[in-house]
Amino acid sequence: MTFAATVATAATAATATSTHPAAPAAGPGFLSPTGVEIAFVLVGLVTFGAALVTVTTRQLVHAALWLVVALGGLAVEYLLLTAEFIAWVQVLIYLGSVVVLLLFGLMLTKAPVGRSPDADSGNRPAALAVAVAAAAALVWVVVDAFRTTWIDLGGPAQGSTEVTGRMLFQNWVLPFEALSVLLLAALVGAVVLSRKRGASDGGHGSDKERQR
Amino acid sequence: MHLAYPAVLAALLFATGLYGVLARRNAILVLMSVELMLNAVNLNLVAFDVWLRDTLHAGQALTLFVIAIAAAEIGIGLAIVLMVYRNRGTSDVDRLRDNAEGPDDDTSPDDPTAAPAPKDEKAEATA
Repeated sequence: MTFAATVATAATAATATSTHPAAPAAGPGFLSPTGVEIAFVLVGLVTFGAALVTVTTRQLVHAALWLVVALGGLAVEYLLLTAEFIAWVQVLIYLGSVVVLLLFGLMLTKAPVGRSPDADSGNRPAALAVAVAAAAALVWVVVDAFRTTWIDLGGPAQGSTEVTGRMLFQNWVLPFEALSVLLLAALVGAVVLSRKRGASDGGHGSDKERQR
Repeated sequence: MHLAYPAVLAALLFATGLYGVLARRNAILVLMSVELMLNAVNLNLVAFDVWLRDTLHAGQALTLFVIAIAAAEIGIGLAIVLMVYRNRGTSDVDRLRDNAEGPDDDTSPDDPTAAPAPKDEKAEATA
């Protein structure tokens, strides 16, 4: 019954948007490809492919660089969902700082530049089985739940800087301030952790002196 | 826009990150996979916020908070990984099994040999 309904909606959608070209690799036929949707699917394919390469490549630095592509693609998806401020926050924080931090971490742990044969652990088949099962279950549930739901992207942008600032500093001030305390705690914790403390046996006092 | 597009993409990205967390051996690659999972959650939050047209914009606020917490998490996580690397000479999560307990008791004779090994590697790391 629901399948018939989806076919009906697809037929109406196809007649409504017959001027648009068909969405490439758009999946089942109940979809109504608009321009935004085609862009979303294309960018989503790029994002998903970059994420796959990130978790499967054997070159550690390439994994970090493909992560840039995946996170940038997600920023474009936020833009397509009219959440502009979050898109730019994503670009600034993820692409700007998190990936740089990861590259610093790779550099400081003396990661091999070329192909490292031991990038994947021995439980790869089990991980693949769990991931495929999770993906299948999640995609099935999500498609079954939201196959007849559309987002109305018209009207004023819902994530512009003005809207975001207004809602953040009117309704979410207290969590915002608590988050600043959390960031301070994380900063202090990272500094304390990454300082080269001397061991407690006193044999590394020179390290402590040199570090100061 | 059809709501299934961002939801399916978020589910696929989450599963990709799950695979990375389970299958990767380097701790920094595990952190990258955790970032992918967090981003999948963010995409879901933004999509559902735009769909529901929430007046409080709880989804977008929570997305910003998740981004900030992810930044804090990656900082702390990298500090921990660097400390482990400095103490052990490796960032391989499969070899950090001091608390392991199980059928592979042949690793327990390695523990007395593994105990002085960090000191040596620390010595050569600080040298």
